[in-house]
Amino acid sequence: MPKRIVVPFGPQHPVLPEPIHLDLVLEDELVVDVVPSIGYIHRGLEQLVQKREFTEYVYVAERICGICSFMHAVGYSQGVEHIMGLEVPDRARYLRTIWSECSRLHSHLLWLGLFADGMGFENLFMRSWQLRESVLDTLEDTTGGRVIQGTCKVGGVRRDIGQEKLDEMHRALDPFEEQCRDLGDVFLNDDTVKYRLKGLGVISKDEAYALGATGPTARGSGVAMDHRETGYAAYGDIGFKPVVETAGDCYARCAVRVKEVYASIDQIRRAIDQIPEGPLDVKVKGTPNGEYFSRVEQPRGEVIHYLRGDGTKHLSRARIRTPTLANIPMLVKMLPGAQLADVPVVVLSIDPCISCTER
Amino acid sequence: MTVKEEQTTISVALEDLLREVKGLQADGYRLVQIGCTDVGGAYEINYSFDKNYQFKNLRLTVGPDIEVPSISGIYWAAFVYENETHDLFGIPITGINIDFKGTFIKSGEKYPFSVTRSGGDRCRNA
Repeated sequence: MPKRIVVPFGPQHPVLPEPIHLDLVLEDELVVDVVPSIGYIHRGLEQLVQKREFTEYVYVAERICGICSFMHAVGYSQGVEHIMGLEVPDRARYLRTIWSECSRLHSHLLWLGLFADGMGFENLFMRSWQLRESVLDTLEDTTGGRVIQGTCKVGGVRRDIGQEKLDEMHRALDPFEEQCRDLGDVFLNDDTVKYRLKGLGVISKDEAYALGATGPTARGSGVAMDHRETGYAAYGDIGFKPVVETAGDCYARCAVRVKEVYASIDQIRRAIDQIPEGPLDVKVKGTPNGEYFSRVEQPRGEVIHYLRGDGTKHLSRARIRTPTLANIPMLVKMLPGAQLADVPVVVLSIDPCISCTER
Repeated sequence: MTVKEEQTTISVALEDLLREVKGLQADGYRLVQIGCTDVGGAYEINYSFDKNYQFKNLRLTVGPDIEVPSISGIYWAAFVYENETHDLFGIPITGINIDFKGTFIKSGEKYPFSVTRSGGDRCRNA
């Protein structure tokens, strides 16, 4: 029987700029067990809710993560709006949808680049990030910020997108989709990519569901669950169907994200087609008194903002469950059976965001 | 805006927790999260579950010194939330399948979200 050794992975590792540590128990080069460790940079942002007015905390919520910042703002704002019974204007709901899908696009393209880099496919990495730049340019044009948008607020949105800009965005979608499909074609059909990813880190549908997995990590195993199906923001109006793959391996999780890039482009197209005229926000009167679990589908999966107000200008509790925290048990289950050299690719396949996890 | 989602919250007694959780698992619910709230001298622990966007919470209210049984024997993935709850609030949770014994969240201050600040020192996990 081979001798067992423990090899530390992280908290600093070339494939992950953020700190997560895994104790990998190996027999020769084969991973047989994993113990994860997080909490190196926990920021305690949840506690800040007691020191910021409920309308100001949206700025803190946005800064939980630099990739899905806009969706944290949407999740938080929706929670407060539900507690206070605020009905957000239709145009604001559509703008939230457009910016949310832009965020998903740039997040998935960022991940595709990192994943390609993890596989050692540097040209693919560069092409993915080149396409991501055009999404960031659109976000900057329409919100003023590439990473932190600052446009979502309790009661609506702060900025509009003029019709001229919406038309320009619409015209740009077709050539952008063509470029994304060329990129996706490499991820989905290239022999090297398939050889590297197929059959690696397999988790069955039942196991993924039992482990409470979420987002593309769950959908790659056949769990057809995407919170956009509930119809929050404008998803109920423009229609939505989750992207699902069934193989449960690294290739399937990659394929879900590639196809979600196409789906996001389509969502933006439909939102621009249907966006109504009207006000951008409603006046916020009073203070929140009550509680709500606000759920939003981020690029990595479902995020939950549990908010509780006691009738004062400060919320008494914000508890944020981010998707990466929910997907860590999946990672622990998918690594045994992998070779040591495959560990970076398997870890990346859940698209870990430690910034979110260490909110 | 119509959101197709139902949320319900049911209070549960400590002695009934495991039985209720087993019932939800048997009904096909997935564990969504476990979260803790300081409610002034006591803790409110929400165990959240979901099935087809039906969102159910079991709400347990306990004092700072009360030991809470782990549900990781029922939902294996619960260890992340239970270790987090222990490390931030100092709640003694017994029988966690992967027990980090206070090292999951490496905070500068022990039990930073604790009601009593010292309550966690009585915690058996620490």
